[in-house]
Amino acid sequence: MEFFLISMLNGLSYGLLLFMLSSGLTLIFSMMGVLNFAHASFYMLGAYVAYTLAGVIGFWPALILAPILTGAAGALFESQVLRKVHKHGHVSELLVTFGLSYIVLELVQLLWGRVAVEFNPPAVLQGPVFTLINHAEQGLYLVSGAGGTVCSAIDSAVRVICTPFPATRAFIMATALAMVISLWWVLTRTRAGLVIQAALTHPETVETLGHNVPRIFMLVFAMGTGLAALAGVIGGFTFITEPAMAATVGSVVFVVVVVGGMGSLSGAFLASLLIGIIQTFAVAIDYSFLQLLEDAGLASTVYMQNNSFAKLTVSQVAPILPYLFLVLILIFRPRGLLGKRET
Amino acid sequence: MTRPISLRLHGVHKQFGNTAIIRGLDLEVFSGERVAIIGPNGAGKSTMFNLISGRFAPSSGEIYLNGQRIDGRKPFEINRLGLSRSFQITNIFPKLSVFENLRCAVLWSLGHRYSFWSFLGNLKDANDLAQEWMTRIHLNAKRDVLATNLTYAEQRALEIGITMAGGANVVLLDEPTAGMSNSETERFIELIKDVTQGKTLLTVEHDMGVVFGLADKIAVLVYGEIIAYDTPDKIRANPRVQEAYLGSMEEQGH
Amino acid sequence: MRTTHNTTSTSYALWLGFAIVLVLAPWVFTSNLSLTMLSQMGIAIIACLSYNLLLGQGGMLSFGHAVYTGLGSYLTIHALNAVGKGELPIPVVLLPLVGGVAGLAFAVLLGFVTTRKSGTAFSMITLGLAELVFAMSLMFSEFFGGEAGVSGNRVVGQGLWGITFGPQRQVYYLIAVYTFVSVGLLYAFTQTPLGRILNAVRDNPERVEFIGYNTQQVRYRAFIIAGFFAGIAGGLGALNFEIVTAEVVGTGRSGAYLLFTFLGGATFFFGPILGGILMVLAFVLLSEITKAWLLYLGLVFLFMVIYAPGGLAGLIMANVRVAKAGALRQLLPIYAGMALTCLLMLAGAGALVEMIYHQQLNSSIGAQLPFAGMVLDTQDSATWFVCLAMAALGFVGFEWLRQRFVPLWAQVQTDISHQLQRDAS
Repeated sequence: MEFFLISMLNGLSYGLLLFMLSSGLTLIFSMMGVLNFAHASFYMLGAYVAYTLAGVIGFWPALILAPILTGAAGALFESQVLRKVHKHGHVSELLVTFGLSYIVLELVQLLWGRVAVEFNPPAVLQGPVFTLINHAEQGLYLVSGAGGTVCSAIDSAVRVICTPFPATRAFIMATALAMVISLWWVLTRTRAGLVIQAALTHPETVETLGHNVPRIFMLVFAMGTGLAALAGVIGGFTFITEPAMAATVGSVVFVVVVVGGMGSLSGAFLASLLIGIIQTFAVAIDYSFLQLLEDAGLASTVYMQNNSFAKLTVSQVAPILPYLFLVLILIFRPRGLLGKRET
Repeated sequence: MTRPISLRLHGVHKQFGNTAIIRGLDLEVFSGERVAIIGPNGAGKSTMFNLISGRFAPSSGEIYLNGQRIDGRKPFEINRLGLSRSFQITNIFPKLSVFENLRCAVLWSLGHRYSFWSFLGNLKDANDLAQEWMTRIHLNAKRDVLATNLTYAEQRALEIGITMAGGANVVLLDEPTAGMSNSETERFIELIKDVTQGKTLLTVEHDMGVVFGLADKIAVLVYGEIIAYDTPDKIRANPRVQEAYLGSMEEQGH
Repeated sequence: MRTTHNTTSTSYALWLGFAIVLVLAPWVFTSNLSLTMLSQMGIAIIACLSYNLLLGQGGMLSFGHAVYTGLGSYLTIHALNAVGKGELPIPVVLLPLVGGVAGLAFAVLLGFVTTRKSGTAFSMITLGLAELVFAMSLMFSEFFGGEAGVSGNRVVGQGLWGITFGPQRQVYYLIAVYTFVSVGLLYAFTQTPLGRILNAVRDNPERVEFIGYNTQQVRYRAFIIAGFFAGIAGGLGALNFEIVTAEVVGTGRSGAYLLFTFLGGATFFFGPILGGILMVLAFVLLSEITKAWLLYLGLVFLFMVIYAPGGLAGLIMANVRVAKAGALRQLLPIYAGMALTCLLMLAGAGALVEMIYHQQLNSSIGAQLPFAGMVLDTQDSATWFVCLAMAALGFVGFEWLRQRFVPLWAQVQTDISHQLQRDAS
């Protein structure tokens, strides 16, 4: 039971992190028609910049400053580079962001090395925020912080299972939810947000109304990359900060965006949670098709027992699940779960 | 003997989201007829063409081409059944030469399909047909010029060439003379008359001189409905048309 | 007509020249390293040309081309092992065709889903499939060989006339034959109806539907043909290296195809040939010279996308055109200036990068760093300052010259078109 609860929470936190990333990507795509191939690179930059800043000005200021700085870098890129190829079409825009991803990866390796850096959460976020204790006699209950003596006591007569929920994960959820709410508020309740919404579908009209559309583009790009950087800071100290982090998370984010429906924020939200939860559960399940047969009491042939397909556990298959989703969605529902826009 | 009906629209509706653009079209065009579609801006003329040629599917209603239902079909399926269209905004292949543009337009109808085992240079039928059309649209001198380097009027002529070269019998021309000067328009109309001889033609036009000189019948489209469909003289005298269109017709000096 | 006659004899000469170059190359570049590189170049040329069928000819940006070259490699090496065990009576010479068939088969299977969409969605699908296949390669170790990959021995079966493919030279000539034939076939494709309609789909997919063609079918068929040739390249690679590891289907490999095909030039047929040659030179030579070669590559790539989207081939052809019109002389001074400032910038920036790497990785062996024949002291702040100044100066100078260059180039182009119009009338 506690496995289910904690895995659910872990999955939700991972999914919300994915949403922080995919929302920025979706905004940029909806707005400018550009699929920012280097989006995960800004995720990575955010983590590394925060790591360096945290050593200088402390963790919490770094948390705020790193996304801002990275977003500014994004704005710089948009205005100096991306804008120049806009007239050449979408292929050129994709190529430019593709090139950027190479460059950022190499720069990061140049400046911070090829090995993971120790980006640790601040003291207040270390350890669990609460612990689920399944006590054989006292049942299932919650304890804030670590389990304490109940968990470390070795009493073979009473079975106690303690499952902690890390504070960092909770922090991801809190930040992501705060971000979702602010984003929703900005887009629907402020003038700037309404202009952005309008420019999402009718940029030329918005321009004739006197709004500086190129400036709006730059702001949206900065916002999107800043969000990615924020996700990077949090993901960096929760998981790992290394040069490969861009690649691992980048491909999943693209899957999320396509599965959710290119250009749909709500689709990205749904897909992020779905993929986050399923991925988290799958990684923890050490069950294979062969075992399913045996548990069902069915006889399995020798061929089956030696077949690598049948012997695969769910956890081994977990890495390809997002891509499997991608292929299935593209076969059965090409516009994505909630997509309205065809490219 | 009744003349065959080339194109028939029955109760065609189209809405985008909550906005109804086409509110019920009924139209019958006989084979070989030349019909001009006129109407104020925003009436839905281009949408009507898009519905017929398969760019969008109607929200409801049926469209028949030579008796076969074509609504909801893909553009290439409709084209293969004998309907071709041109575009208001020139829609050619900019990086190919004039000759190549026309050759592409005839490949499918000549049956070459997706062949990668024959050389273009050896396809006598395709080359001859493309040459013939190039002469008909008076672009012989610009044979190897890239389409993007032609003048505007030449591009419009190429546009018509691509539309007609495939041999379609029902042709939709969307504002063919858009953006042309008076002299260019006059010559262009002669070209259109020449190349569309014997074909069923629907053309969207704003220039009333063109309309009255070219069309056998005129359909007046207002707010997504055809309010009148008749011969030019009767249309001129139609009070509903005058009401909807009075200003523009007087401006044109008719 | 005179023009056609000239073109035909010119093209015969070009093909003959190409064949001669392929035959004589090992006699000119005789070292073992050269022979290895030449072999790899042949493979890379086929791979990049097949990639350009999608990119340059069809307007389809694929991020997963290595799937087809890689799977071609895997199937070929398994076939090679089967030949070695006597289970498969196919001569080694024909094994790359096994790779080709594998590439074709997977393109038929995966291409259907991939080509359902176009544009950005297409690119995303190729990326997703590439990740899928790479992730699977770590799961099914029987086929993919796990961490160690799958090895084979190409000296199997019965040698014909003493050709066993043991020595690299023999492998090179096998590759050369496949390269010549593949290049020829791929060029021929551009002159067929499908090839031309593919170009039309690239330029204006909507219009193509209105002339009777199903654009998805066009793209699907082109995808399959590209997959076939990709598989051949992969098969040759399997024979050449005698080992296939999971990186052959990786996104890094796919990215390299994209990068170098684009750098070579996607808008001309011979561009990817240049691209393939550059790819091997970069991977084998450049990577030895500096650890930061991918950074330089990325920067050059970015520069090209913005300022020279036709790639190297585009630049060459544009300047050939200018030279034919006799206007090249005007541009030579500014070209020289741009080359010098670029060199200055490269020297300064390169030194900086090397010093940073040195401090990061080799600081234990002392502060001295050999660079371009000199010795730099990474502890000396003056060195850093000088390098920074050089890089900055070079950059500013180059940008200043480039901005002078743009209107000059435009003027030259206008002059040429005026001249052409005068000649035509």
